[in-house]
Amino acid sequence: MNRQAIRWLGTVPFFAYTAIFLLIPTGEIIVQAFRNPSGSFTFSNVRGLFDAQILDAFETTIKISLITAVLGGVLGLFVAQAALRQGGPLWVRPVLTTFAGVASNFAGIPLAFAFVATLGSTGIVTQLLNSLGLHIYSHGFTIYGMIGLSVTYMYFQFPLMVLIISPALEGIRPQWREAAVNAGASSRQYWRLVGLPAILPSLLGAMVLLFGNAFSAYATPYALSSGYINIVPVLIGEAVNGDLSADPQLGASLAFGMIVVIAAAIAVYAVLQRKAARWLR
Amino acid sequence: MVALRSATRKRSRTGSGARQPGQAGRRRMAGSSWFWLGFAAVYLLVPLYSTLQFSLQTGAHQYGLGWYGYILRQPAFRQSFVLSLRLALETVAISLLLMIPTVYLVHAWLPKLRPLMEFICTLPFVVPPIALAVGMIGLFQGAPALISSTQILAFAYVIQALPFTYRSLDAGMLSIDISTLNDAAQSVGASWRQTLWSVILPNLRSAILASAFLTIAIVLGEYTISSLLLFSTFAVYMQQIGTSQAYAAAALAILSFFLTWLAMLGIFFISRRVGYRSAVGMTR
Repeated sequence: MNRQAIRWLGTVPFFAYTAIFLLIPTGEIIVQAFRNPSGSFTFSNVRGLFDAQILDAFETTIKISLITAVLGGVLGLFVAQAALRQGGPLWVRPVLTTFAGVASNFAGIPLAFAFVATLGSTGIVTQLLNSLGLHIYSHGFTIYGMIGLSVTYMYFQFPLMVLIISPALEGIRPQWREAAVNAGASSRQYWRLVGLPAILPSLLGAMVLLFGNAFSAYATPYALSSGYINIVPVLIGEAVNGDLSADPQLGASLAFGMIVVIAAAIAVYAVLQRKAARWLR
Repeated sequence: MVALRSATRKRSRTGSGARQPGQAGRRRMAGSSWFWLGFAAVYLLVPLYSTLQFSLQTGAHQYGLGWYGYILRQPAFRQSFVLSLRLALETVAISLLLMIPTVYLVHAWLPKLRPLMEFICTLPFVVPPIALAVGMIGLFQGAPALISSTQILAFAYVIQALPFTYRSLDAGMLSIDISTLNDAAQSVGASWRQTLWSVILPNLRSAILASAFLTIAIVLGEYTISSLLLFSTFAVYMQQIGTSQAYAAAALAILSFFLTWLAMLGIFFISRRVGYRSAVGMTR
């Protein structure tokens, strides 16, 4: 056997592994979404996604994901930019980077507990606000409502943005700013005409990633609401493991719906990025 | 703050002509920068402080380490933690065994495969963990020996870690001059396996360690797949405690936060040596 053939063979384990544990399970979702319990082809599972409760779940999940992707993206951008500014103490950047790494990975169950301890009905900040006369729980706030969930998601969304966008911000050369300033541009004009367009593709890509990140969050909303909030991942968990309501076909069609939404988000990103690239040229 | 900002702007506008090129950005940090950094610090620290206070609360106005002792004495805690730790190490081992040879082969000899590999390694972003769990249950229900063994979790976690492992190793490979190293190794008669083991691998040490730490952090906090497949990992145990004992749960959250810190500090010290960063993980 020649050398090149051996090299090709060397890649077989990777492709076999990803086929068995990623590609075929994904195909299985799609197959099951179009199959009834007896195994024949049907549209009724996918038609079932247009049920009022499920549509509402998709709407809530997409809303929370959009809100936290945009707000988290903007906040992360400002924080990253602030840390990159020269003139501050040197410890700011490494501390922020490490902390952002911790925060973006500190998600799931412990994050839910942290926010129950903070903004739950007996949480520390809730009590503080109560003593200041601001009773948020009597104004309809709950930690497992849409606002509470968004506030919690922001804990991993904006640090993730800091990590993703920092390399793009570092790519902005100081000479661009100098040139703009020498030509009489204000800081605002510089950002609008030079800085922002330069990082726009990275900015859009990062926000799509943030959207997908929030959209697929399961552990945090489940633990915050004990499974009672109507968002898509929690519905899937219920359809798969629910004591009374186990329904694998529904689980598969919901999972299929999630993949479609994320794929659509990526498609929108691809179109926007192509536009941004044309504008840059 | 407004006054501060306009003062900075004025100074940089009048002063830039007299400065050396590349120095225009070197001015005092603006008030707005401090505002955003302060805001971030408050957002990140207040929930931690609250959790810490919860975890130390052993009675009305009584504080102590009681809940930590309670947690550590639970056999279920020890079992679930050992399981997660074992899964973390297995995931790291499988990921590296699978990815290092493949990324090396693709970089060194099979560049045509790189786009396909990159596509596959980004797919876990498109297929959320909960969807993947649904697919795996559907696919492997005919193989009960596989789906009811904890081993399946390590196999699934390799997929969850795939984008990060790939990116870390890919960046590592790009940062070394792989063709020169290859030629040098080949000129002394080394096979590709020898080249990989004694030339490439030592040069990738930082990339490997960084991805290993990140994988450990991801696996120790993973809840979605293990709960859907009905295994009692660390996060599943945490969730069960949380339904009945909020204070013990807070102690667990602090423990878990501390573990994530350790992993990220590991990455930080590695990346400081080589100027390389890859702490972007998503536990969800």
